[in-house]
Order: sequence, then structure tokens, then C-alpha cells
Amino acid sequence: MKVLAAMSGGVDSAVAAARAVEAGHEVVGVHLALSRMPGTLRTGSRGCCTVEDAMDARRAANLLGIPFYVWDLSERFKEDVVDDFIAEYAAGRTPNPCMRCNEKIKFSALLDKAIALGFDAVATGHYATLASGEHGTELHRASAWAKDQSYVLGVLTERQLARCYFPLGDTPSKDLVRAEADERGLQVAQKPDSHDICFIPDGDTRGWLSEHVRREPGEILDESGAVVGSHDGAHGYTIGQRRGLQLGRPAPDGRPRYVLSIRPVSNEVVVGPKDRLAIGRIAGGRFSWAGTPGFDVSAEFACEVQIRAHAEPVPARARLEPILEADRTEQHRAEATHEVVVDVDLDRAEPLTGVAPGQTAVLYVGTRVLGQFTIDRAVPIVPPTGESRIDVHG
Amino acid sequence: MAVAEPPTRGGAYLDHAATSPIPENVLDAYVEALRVTGNPASTHGHGQGASEMLESARERLARALGCDHAELTLTGGGTESINLALKGTYWARRRAGAGPVILIADGEHHATVESAEWLRDAQGARLRWLPIDAEGRLRPETLAAAISEAGPDQVALVSFLWANNEVGTIQPVRELCSVAASAGIPVHVDAVAALGQVPINFREAGADLLSVSAHKVGGPVGVGALVVGRRVVADSLFHGGAQQRSRSGTQDVAGAVAFAAALEAAIEPDGSPRADRIVRLAELRDRLIQGVRAIDPSAVLRGADPLSDRLPGNAHFTFPGCQGDSLVYLLDAAGVSVSVGSACQAGVAEISHVLLAMGLPESEAVGALRFTLAPDTRDDEIAALLAALPQALERARAAGLA
Repeated sequence: MKVLAAMSGGVDSAVAAARAVEAGHEVVGVHLALSRMPGTLRTGSRGCCTVEDAMDARRAANLLGIPFYVWDLSERFKEDVVDDFIAEYAAGRTPNPCMRCNEKIKFSALLDKAIALGFDAVATGHYATLASGEHGTELHRASAWAKDQSYVLGVLTERQLARCYFPLGDTPSKDLVRAEADERGLQVAQKPDSHDICFIPDGDTRGWLSEHVRREPGEILDESGAVVGSHDGAHGYTIGQRRGLQLGRPAPDGRPRYVLSIRPVSNEVVVGPKDRLAIGRIAGGRFSWAGTPGFDVSAEFACEVQIRAHAEPVPARARLEPILEADRTEQHRAEATHEVVVDVDLDRAEPLTGVAPGQTAVLYVGTRVLGQFTIDRAVPIVPPTGESRIDVHG
Repeated sequence: MAVAEPPTRGGAYLDHAATSPIPENVLDAYVEALRVTGNPASTHGHGQGASEMLESARERLARALGCDHAELTLTGGGTESINLALKGTYWARRRAGAGPVILIADGEHHATVESAEWLRDAQGARLRWLPIDAEGRLRPETLAAAISEAGPDQVALVSFLWANNEVGTIQPVRELCSVAASAGIPVHVDAVAALGQVPINFREAGADLLSVSAHKVGGPVGVGALVVGRRVVADSLFHGGAQQRSRSGTQDVAGAVAFAAALEAAIEPDGSPRADRIVRLAELRDRLIQGVRAIDPSAVLRGADPLSDRLPGNAHFTFPGCQGDSLVYLLDAAGVSVSVGSACQAGVAEISHVLLAMGLPESEAVGALRFTLAPDTRDDEIAALLAALPQALERARAAGLA
């Protein structure tokens, strides 16, 4: 088939392209120019959009003897990833820009363009596997779980999965990929991994955000609504944060207080005791299925839920159901009518911690990625102090 | 289609404005000159031999360009020539008491744009951008108005293209130079794209500085020249030896020899392009334009039309609903090398600032494709383009403006 190999300039996508060539496909390499920082060189481990990365990708393509192009998707990237990242933070959510890039750029703008130009598939260096199931293409974890990247691909839909090609999915380890790159003579064999946000070159996310999101001073409340302090911009806080709150009044019970939630609309930060950070239920109205689930998702089903790229999956039970008006939060999109609700199986697992709206929860059944949703609400296990009703975050 | 394959071998090469292959006789002259031992600045016999080769090449180049040999500074290419022209002249003029204003036409080559911007950001120059018309032309009355608005004594320098490298529009060079001259302001003309395709005579044009490059006319990359009129001072960018009037550094004898050989192959002794070459170029270009229009009536020819006002080797279109880089890929896959215009360091196709300056909206400017020819472009290269274009347009339109 005709394969467009998305080449970041890193070792994984270079080896993925090499394997696609070796498998007999007609391969064309494309590097995406995602930011406009001409002349920027890589420092440390960062980057996937510098001039140096484009050159590394080009050298790899030349070695493989495949045509190579740089496509400028910086405009789309700015709108769909960078601006979205800023808007999400400004709205009190914690987004994952890499997932957004997969959803909107790599497997949408790039994939659509590739298909229109006559390609059959887009190959990337992601560690994940595809399988043909009863209901079509299924996305599964990589055979080596340590390198598994299926989480960041959880946003892919049936249509997209049908056009994906992950040549590294069954590789036992990254070391083997590096060794293979070395054997093939790819000069990126020992290039460090990138793991920061590519458009924040110095890795200082907070500093970068403070330049891009307007800070509005506001109040810090406890869960009863009493003002216990003030802040100079709600987005500067992280769920679970304890230090740096500078609260004027000590808690009545003398226990330390933590950031429990951020209310972007009212510009309030809510603090409370640590046990209120233990989350037993998460839910969200922005969801997608990675291919046809193959069963009735409105009836409760057993699964595992993972809320960060490197978090452990947690046993849970999930279902799709209408959003109850009482459960709507500032985070829910107005147009959402249903939400995926996930209850952690507390008999078999600890509650979730560090849960922030905006994070993506990916559902797994065994090794299979079932789908994902953006967390709109997180429900603590214990009720708030002095209140009988179960409050929800946000 | 291996990347390392030279463009002259196989496929259709319609990107001569990017660089043009070196003809065999020029290559022979180049290699022969490279074999000669001797630094032209040395005083011994070896040096004198090299000096003779260098200076005779300089004389041939000067004759071809209509300047005196003492006015011709050899450089490391068009970009260096332009940098030297702008920065060197700006510094010298400021020292002599001229004001800080630089008048630059819109849609200039990046070498001009970025040199001027550097002078603004680092040296306090004030830039005035001169609008160009919808065909990419700088009108003399625009320049005259800008000079009187800024005040003639405030203007350090004027710079514009002899012919635009993207859309091929030939400027009214003589009129523009005369406007600047009557105000007493030195003019730099960037003739890199025009060289070999239109008659260029430094003296008759009335220019004060003129930039040219060898590899656009079949000479080697890394060789160029800046003509600095004898009454003009351009401070050096490079110091250390003062081998030339405005440039230090050991001189490239073989490069000069090859440049002279390439230029002489392209022009008549009087400096005008060789008639057979121009006739052939224009005929190829017109056939290409007609062919493209027949395939896609919605395609718009950009730049000057009447065709007499554009470079004979240039055809430039915008294709509505297409992204230029999609077309470049699709045509490349069909063995046809074309370009969207200029390319930056990372090989990214940027939206043409020339088209934007001509008043095109971004949505139209993204669909740009430039075809540039040489006199030895083969008929089958044009045929290959016209054969591949219909499907390329269809697919590029399906991909849209993503």
C-alpha cells in the first residue's frame, strides 16, 4: 500500500518508516512543521518541531531512499492544540496537548490530507497494536507495556484506526528499536526521547501559561464557602496542591488543606482536607469510542480506567448514561446530553488521586482500548466536612 | 526517486529559478581553473598566474554587466551581494550624514527583506515599504512619493528587484533609478532572478549597486558579484586583507572563471540575452501557460501579463482550492519538479509574501505554483507536467486547504 510515514525526527518514527519500507510498502516521509520558531535547536530532550528535528527526519528519509517533504500545519496546530491548551487552562481544566495533536493534527488534518492525496495509511512510531476484531479494527496496547502509548491514541475513532499503521507495536523494548536504528545506520539511534510539551521549549509550563493566560485575582474558599485566602489567578493551581496556598486562616481541625477544585467561571479555588482528594467516580460528556465497542455501553460493564499516560490502569465499572442536571458542572459542555460514568472498583483498587477536569480517561477491556472521555467531574469518596450531600468537583 | 539524484537526470525539472544545472563547457572551465595553484594576492609567479585568470574573468563579467572591472566585487553568492549592498551602503551613507530611512519594495527576496529588518532592529534604520501593484510592479510614482514624503536627505538607500524571483515581473528599472538619482539617493537593484533573461546594463540602468548570482545562469553555487558604482561606498561585511574594494577574503578564481563562462554562454557581447535562448524560453513558457489554462481554466496567471513584462522563463499560477505543497508532492511523485516559490531553511512552504503584497488573500496565495524554465528545457518536460497536472489538481482539491 501507499504509506505516508509521519517522521518527527526521532528514532521511533524513523524505525517505523524503515519497517514500512522493508514490508514492501510505497513509503513517503513527511515531517510536520508545527511551530514557527525558525532557527531553534533542540536542547536536552525536547522538541519535535525544531529545524534540527526536521533535518534529522530528512536525513533518515534519505537513508531509507524515500521521498521526503515538510508540510506546514503550524496554523492548524496553533488553533487546535496551542490555543486549545490555553483555553482549557483558562477554563480551569488540565488538557493533554499530545492527545489533542493526535486527535486534530496527526490523525485528522494529516491523515485526511494523506488519504485525499492517494495514500492508504499513515504510519507513526507509536507503540500500540492494531487487531482485526469481530466489529472492525481494534486498538490494543503495545506488546511491551513499559513503552505502551495506546493511552495517547485513545482519541482515535473507527474511521481513523482503519487508516493507521503502527510498525513498532510488537517491539519488546525501546532498546531494541535503538539497536535496530543503529544497525540500519540511522543517525538518530541515540537521540534522546522527547517527553515535554513541544511548544513549550524550556519545559516551564507554568511560566509559559502565565504569559498566555490572563491572571485574575480571586478568592480561595473552603468547602463550606468561607473565604480562607486569595489567589492571583486560579489557573496557577493544581488539584492536590498543598504548598504555596498562603491561607490566612488555619483549618478548624488544624489539618493541612489541599486544592480540591478550581472554578473557572467564578474564579475561585476550593481547598479542603486530603481525604476529599480520593476520587471514586469520574464522568465526562466528551467521549469517543476507538472502534465499535461491540456491546451495549449503556449497561454497566467491567473495564480498566487510566487517567494519565503513565498511570496504572485501575479496575472499574463504566456505563454511558444521560447527564443528570444535578450532576452538571462548569466543565460540562452545554451540548453534552450523555456522559460516560466510571466507578473505581474500590474492592480491588485504591481511589484515584490527582484527578483534574480536562484530563483524559481511557477505558480498556483487557488490552483493548475501548474509548476515552474528557473528565468533567470527579466525585470524592467521602462527603465534604459538615455537609451531608455528596458534592461534586467544579 | 532518490533524493540524492541530481535534478538534471531523469524526470522533468521545472525549477530553474531555484538553481540551474551547470553546462558541460562551464564545468570544464571550472574544473580546469580549480587545478591551477596560486593565490591571486600572492606576488610570485603562481600568484600572478592566478591573478591573471581572476582579473580576466572579472573583466569579462564587468563587460557583460555594463560596469567597469574596478566596480565589480566578487562575492560568495547573491545573498552575500545583497547583504553587502544594503548593510555596507547603509553604514557608509550614515557615516557621511545621510538619514536613517531605507526604502524597500514589498515582495523583495528574503535576503533583502531580512537584511533591511536587521538594519532596523539592530542599527536603528527606519524602513519604509513601498507597495507594489497587483502584478508585482513597483511604480516610479510610488517611489517618488515615498522619497518626497521621507525627505530626500533622510533616505540612505533604495532597493528593489530587477525582476521578481517568484512571479517574474520585470520592473521599470531605468525609471526607478532615475527617480532615485534625481533625489541624490543610491539605488541597489537585485538582478539575481533577471540575469541572463533580460538585458542588464549597470551603467545604462543608472543603478548604483547591482547584485547577481552565478548559479541561476549555469554557474556554480557560492559565487556571485556586487557591482558597486565608483562613486558609491559600501563598507565591508568581512574584514581581513582587503583583497577587493568592499570585501576581504581570498578570492575564488575558479568560481569567477566559471561564472564568466556561464554568463557568456547566456548573453551577447552587448549584454543582452542571446536571442535564440530568449525565443526558445518564451516559446516554452507560452506553451506551458496555454497548456495549464486549457487544463484548468480557473488557474490564475500571477505576475505581469502582457507577457513582455515578465521573465521569459517564468510562469506562475495560483490554483483555487489547492494547497501548493500538495501539488508539489503530487507532481514530484509523477516525476515533475516544481516549487511553490521560496522555501525556508526547514523546507517549509510558506505563504508567499510576494503574493500577499500583490493583494491576494491567504486562501488564494496558498495555491501558488512556480514553473521556471531554461533554454535547454525539453519539450517532453513540459509535456510531463501537462500530463500529470489534471490528476494532481483533482487530488489536491480533494485534500483542500488543510
